[in-house]
This record gives sequence, C-alpha cells and structure tokens, in this order.
Amino acid sequence: MTKSYEEIPLTPISSTPSTMNLTGLWRVVKPVVDKSKCKKCTICWKYCPDAAIKLVGGEPVIDLMYCKGCGICSFECPAKCIVMVKEG
Amino acid sequence: MREVMTGNYASAYGAKLARAEVIAAYPITPQTSIVEKLAEFVNTGELRAKFIPVESEHSAMAACIAAETAGARTYTATSSHGLTLMHEVLMWASGARLPIVMTNVSRAMAPPWSVWVDHMDSVAQRDTGWLQFFCQSNQEVLDTTIMAYKICESARVMLPAMIIEDAFILSHTSEPVDVPDQRLVDSFLPSYSPDLKIEIGKPMGFGSLVKPDQYMEFRYKAMEAMTAAHDRLLAVEREFRDVFGREHGGLLERYKCEDAEVVLVAAGSVAATAKDVVDALRAKGHKVGLARIRSFRPFPDQEFKALASKVVGMAVLDRSYTFGAAGAMFTEVKASVYSSQKRPVVKNYIAGLGGRDITPKTIEKIFEDISIVSRRGLEDEVEWVDVAGLPRRWR
Repeated sequence: MTKSYEEIPLTPISSTPSTMNLTGLWRVVKPVVDKSKCKKCTICWKYCPDAAIKLVGGEPVIDLMYCKGCGICSFECPAKCIVMVKEG
Repeated sequence: MREVMTGNYASAYGAKLARAEVIAAYPITPQTSIVEKLAEFVNTGELRAKFIPVESEHSAMAACIAAETAGARTYTATSSHGLTLMHEVLMWASGARLPIVMTNVSRAMAPPWSVWVDHMDSVAQRDTGWLQFFCQSNQEVLDTTIMAYKICESARVMLPAMIIEDAFILSHTSEPVDVPDQRLVDSFLPSYSPDLKIEIGKPMGFGSLVKPDQYMEFRYKAMEAMTAAHDRLLAVEREFRDVFGREHGGLLERYKCEDAEVVLVAAGSVAATAKDVVDALRAKGHKVGLARIRSFRPFPDQEFKALASKVVGMAVLDRSYTFGAAGAMFTEVKASVYSSQKRPVVKNYIAGLGGRDITPKTIEKIFEDISIVSRRGLEDEVEWVDVAGLPRRWR
C-alpha cells in the first residue's frame, strides 16, 4: 500500500537487516558440490559474492536461502567439483 | 573583530565558527588553503573536530554523508573537477536529507586546462538537490557559511548547501572581513541534533530500496523542502541581521532596481564590479540596476516575476555555457519571467569563461546593448562577449 508523503520519513529507513530478503528464491540453477573431489581450498567460499557458502569442516556448504545461483563458485573451483543443476 | 583575509580563510573561519565536527576533504587548486587552515585549527586545538584526509573528493563526500548520518555537523570544500567527481554522492547527500555544508571554489572545467574562475562546475550540479549560494565578497562567504547550517538543519529543509566563491578573485584575494564573536555565533546557531541518526545498539538501514509504489512520495518531500528553503533563507537572514548587523540581499539582491529600465542579472564576484558600473551610469542619468542571483537553488522565481513587471530589458550574464542550449541562468530567468504579465526583453551574454576578466567597460557595453535591443528588438538571444575573431569589440 502506498503511504501518503505525509506519513513517511524524510528518507527510507529500514529497521530490519537485508538478510530478511531471501534471495535464494531468485535462483533457477543451484550449485551441487561433489565432496569426493573437493580439495578444501576455500576458493568458492572466498569468491561467493553473497556470502552464501559456509565452511563446515573445511568443506563448502551452500546456504540455499541466499544462493542466487550465479555460478561463480562453479566457474572458479580449480577441482571442478561444483556443478550447476537446474532447479526442478 | 575585523581582519584582512582571503575568501578561502573566510570559508575556514566560517566552518570553525559554525563548530563543524567532522571535516573530510581532498586538496585541489584553488580550494587547498581552506582545508589547510582548518587542519591547522584542528591541530592547534582551536577547533574540536575530526579531520579526515581522504584519497578523493568522492570519498570526502562519502565520509561527510556517513558522519552526518551519525548526527555530526560536517564540512568539506572542493573545486571544479573535484566537485564533478563528487556528482554521484551529491545526489545521495540530498536524497538522504543530510544538511552538509560545502564550499565550492568555482573554477572552469578542462580541457582546456584552467584553474581560473567560471561557474561551469557549480552550474553542472544544479540538479543534485543542493542549495546553491553564489557569493560576491569574502564577508559574504563567511556569513553565508554560518547561515547555511541554520537554513539547512531546520526540520522543514534538511538538505545540503553549496557555497560558491569565485576562484582567485575571492579565494586568493584579501579583503577586510568582520569575524564575529564565537559566543554570538553560538547563540545564533544551536548545535546539530537530527531526529533520526545511526546509533550504536539500534541498527537501521538508511537509503533503503523502495519500489515504484513509494519512490515519488520521497522525491515530493524533497521538493517541498527545497520550496520551504526559500522562506527559511529570508527568515534566517533577518535573524542574522538582527544579531550581526549585516545582510546580503536574500535570494536575489536588487541593487538600484526600483526605477530601473534595464537590469543586469549576474552571480558571483562580477556583481560587485557591476554595482560600480551601475553607480557610474546612474551618475550620467541612465536608469540601470543590478539583480544579483545569490541563491541559484532554490531559484528566486517570484523575485524575478516581480522584477519582470517593472523593467523593459534584462541582460543575463552567464559565466558558463550549457552546450546545445544557452547560459543556464539565462534559460532559468527566461522561464521564470515567461508567465509574468509584462515580459521584458531578455538577452544572454556569455562572458568571463576560464577566468577572462569582465571589466567595468565590458559591463557598460552590455548595459548599452540591452538598452538598444530592449527598444529595437532582439537579433541574437545569446551573444558571446569578448571572443577574439568575432567582429564586436567589448573593451
């Protein structure tokens, strides 16, 4: 609902963090990690522009609530252990 | 206390007297001595402020935006290419409704490389949502700095302001300047405490994404604020006069316009020269006057409409040129007077680019020309003054 200009503050202010936006909903392809090939180099974790990769025991775990499916992790992985799979 | 000082020192004293709390700046000719002086004030403890040296003008404005969002009174100064590098963040400062005050030492844009005065840099920022005040003397530079904080920080305005001083003609030329007593300034200008600011333990996001269903309402509010700045400027200047005994003419200073047949419209230091020419021509019986644009944003629309009904000719002197159109001040003056009942002849004179002197003789010839075309009609609406190779002689 559009609020009247008289009811809004001078500039838009949000009291909730941007993590409220579940950007994973935008995704059409998702990264799938083949843990048998992973060398634990952490390059995928460093490159993820959305900080949607957590390291658990040195291995990448994708947070699908925020992963937009951009594919950068898959592209950068030297071991070629991350493949992008179309969402069902 | 009267002291002899440059326009740049007048700017620095203005920011000091206003008790700026955060100063972030990058040096550029001819602005450098403003921030050098402020760095000295901070170093000696005369001014209790955080001085942030940055790596570019874009960063200087970004630092001011952050500090102002945290509730600090901020100041910066720049010039020419520095100002235009800030362009993106100037928009942010006004949209975020942060009453930052900045001095721009107005200097020509390159190429051709130039460090001398013209108004292209300032005029190119007219749509950024900043108030823009052109000054004609070092005293006005100091006084306007103090007034700008009071105008901008008022709840109905909350927009940033740019104070424009002409390169070298003001920035590096010394004049006697009355430096007001700090206690008087403190009584005139209370400390800054915005309703909303970033606070530790209370996380908030500023300048968030809004969808098309809500964007226009925020812009409408900024429009209202800029409109309110018109009356706020007049009220603040009245109060300033009562406290300090000086005033500088509101948004449009009218000098001997009361019975004038033709007027020169100009901004900046050239207006001071033009006043002498007006006096000299009046001594010979010519009914001439000067309308000095002091506030370019907000634009003195109602003042121009009132003036238009009294005169037969307006000569608008632009110290910049908007390629593909005309001088920016000319197009705005013409737009303003179009809907007034009686329309004068309005002609544009492009002069003084890149620091070219605009002499009393040149101004006298502009008055002669506007008097003639007001009676006989316009041939060219826009004329470039004093260009080598053109047949007409202006000095």
